[in-house]
Amino acid sequence: MNIPFLVFKSIRQHWVSTLVTIISLSLATGLMLTVWILQSQAQKVFAESNSGFDAVLGARGSKLQLVLNCLYHLEQSPGNIEWQDYLDIKKDKRIAKAIPLAVGDNLYGFRIVGTTTNVFYSPENPKLGGFKIEKGGRPFSESRMEAVVGSYVAQSVKGLKVGSTFRPYHGLRFDPNDQHSEVYVVTGIMEPTNSPADRAIWIPISGVQNMKGHAVETSDQLSGVLLKLVSPTVGQMLDLQYNRQGNRLTLAWPVASIVSELFNKVSWFDRLLQGVAMLVGLVAVGSVLASVYNSMNERKRDIAIMRALGASRSKVVTQILSECGFIGIAGSLFGIIIYALLMQVGSEILREKTGVVLSIAYFHPSLFIAPMSMTLASIFAGILPAMKAYRSPVAENILPIA
Amino acid sequence: MPLLTIKNLKKSFVDPAGGRKNVLDIPNLEVEPGQELAIKGISGSGKTTFLNVISGILKPDSGAVEISGISISELNEAKRDKFRAKNIGYIFQTFNLLQGFSALENVCLGSYLSGKTNKARSIELLKKVGLADRLHYKPSALSTGQQQRVAVARALVNNPPLVIADEPTGNLDPDSALNALSIIRNQCRDEGAALLLVSHDSRILDLFSENLDFADINLAIREGKEKEK
Repeated sequence: MNIPFLVFKSIRQHWVSTLVTIISLSLATGLMLTVWILQSQAQKVFAESNSGFDAVLGARGSKLQLVLNCLYHLEQSPGNIEWQDYLDIKKDKRIAKAIPLAVGDNLYGFRIVGTTTNVFYSPENPKLGGFKIEKGGRPFSESRMEAVVGSYVAQSVKGLKVGSTFRPYHGLRFDPNDQHSEVYVVTGIMEPTNSPADRAIWIPISGVQNMKGHAVETSDQLSGVLLKLVSPTVGQMLDLQYNRQGNRLTLAWPVASIVSELFNKVSWFDRLLQGVAMLVGLVAVGSVLASVYNSMNERKRDIAIMRALGASRSKVVTQILSECGFIGIAGSLFGIIIYALLMQVGSEILREKTGVVLSIAYFHPSLFIAPMSMTLASIFAGILPAMKAYRSPVAENILPIA
Repeated sequence: MPLLTIKNLKKSFVDPAGGRKNVLDIPNLEVEPGQELAIKGISGSGKTTFLNVISGILKPDSGAVEISGISISELNEAKRDKFRAKNIGYIFQTFNLLQGFSALENVCLGSYLSGKTNKARSIELLKKVGLADRLHYKPSALSTGQQQRVAVARALVNNPPLVIADEPTGNLDPDSALNALSIIRNQCRDEGAALLLVSHDSRILDLFSENLDFADINLAIREGKEKEK
């Protein structure tokens, strides 16, 4: 027999209220962890999901819009640039790789991106990276109406596999009544990259530029150019050249800090969610106090019996605080399970919307801090009931009940 | 050397009118090791307070309670608790078993609170009081007589030199009361413990060769009666 045994016995006697309290703590812990970690991990993963590119060159306008449009396949294009701009920067020796992009069509909402085969991995030049294609497939031919499909698109659109065909829909939003007549053949499925590239369909750039129904004047225009720089210092030079000295084009660099702008814009909402989560946490800790404090009236006789048998006041206090600590630990552990479930759902939604994949196994300090705080707060909440037990008069409470 | 020595023991409480009411005023009382002493007293005469002071649950206003030469009224509360757990077995009128605990766990609790859980001794005592087949029964599944036997086993689990019993048969029918009393006395004798029993039931008290009237040893009762006159 020991304190844990006494705690177990006591909890078993009040299992309904204990269970409700543990559930309330679990939900609060799970919510707090999800809010903190989802935001933190999403920001980190978004910043890292640059598909290996350091910068984006596009029309004069918002850098964030340019990055979202060209790298994350979200948002509208801020405008077009000329094909010659691509040729100029491609020739620049400070640029390791330049990939032109043209957007304007979709397949069931998945963006169709016109580009060159340089976007794909080439065994002859592995240092330059690029998207790999699953076995059995190959890159499209730039002179044919062929396509390489992102892994998430292949998984989501039934029947889309190597050899199958599709007709693109006009615009970036899916409209079943606005379909192009061109037929594209799938030549390959991309290996998963866990990045927004998985949600795109890649076709030759001339395909987007010359698609029937597209404006003729845009046939030699691009939405942007993805750039891999020779060294980080090049970014500063190009920033000076395009953004400060020039007035026609925009260089979005460095990509990570531009993405963090997006999160800064919605940081108020994060703070609001964190505030709500903290409030839920406080209410849950309050429920520990209420539950244990209310049980003190039922337990005053048991406490008096134990005291009469020789239990010291400190032993009774230790038992009550241990009980609250157990509730805190159980609530925190179940909270981590709830966090994992919420994270799974949140991650799936984020993947569906952006292609970015979050990991449940992602380490964040709050995975320790939140459960420990909830456990300590539960023990703290136990102080009031413990004091009640401490002050409980033995001789009065042990008298026979009339 | 007496096991229990009481000298000039006084205890009073605040009455509802705000004045002080003397409950105990015992100039002298001694109990020898292994002695069986029954004290007769009417309800409300302060018998339970007397036992609570002896056991250290309550502190006297003045005077001394010595058990085995140790003045427990001079110990601080924590030390009194520890002393009580090891040296005094307390049998209550309403048994005071923990309802969530089995018979065995209730007895083990007594030993745990004295410092070390002694399961073997707990089982042995429960067997001795005839509850070998009821070890894992909760109090609610036991008869009142059986519950009282669990309480006896719990009081004796730490081999205390002194067992105090507060109306131990008060909740039992006459036959069960005699049976329970016999068990209490036999077990105390077997364990070599002194027994100090208080009751208002003269049929029980008559079975003891040594019995006292609480009014004879407690001057506060006489004082109260005189005031009433």
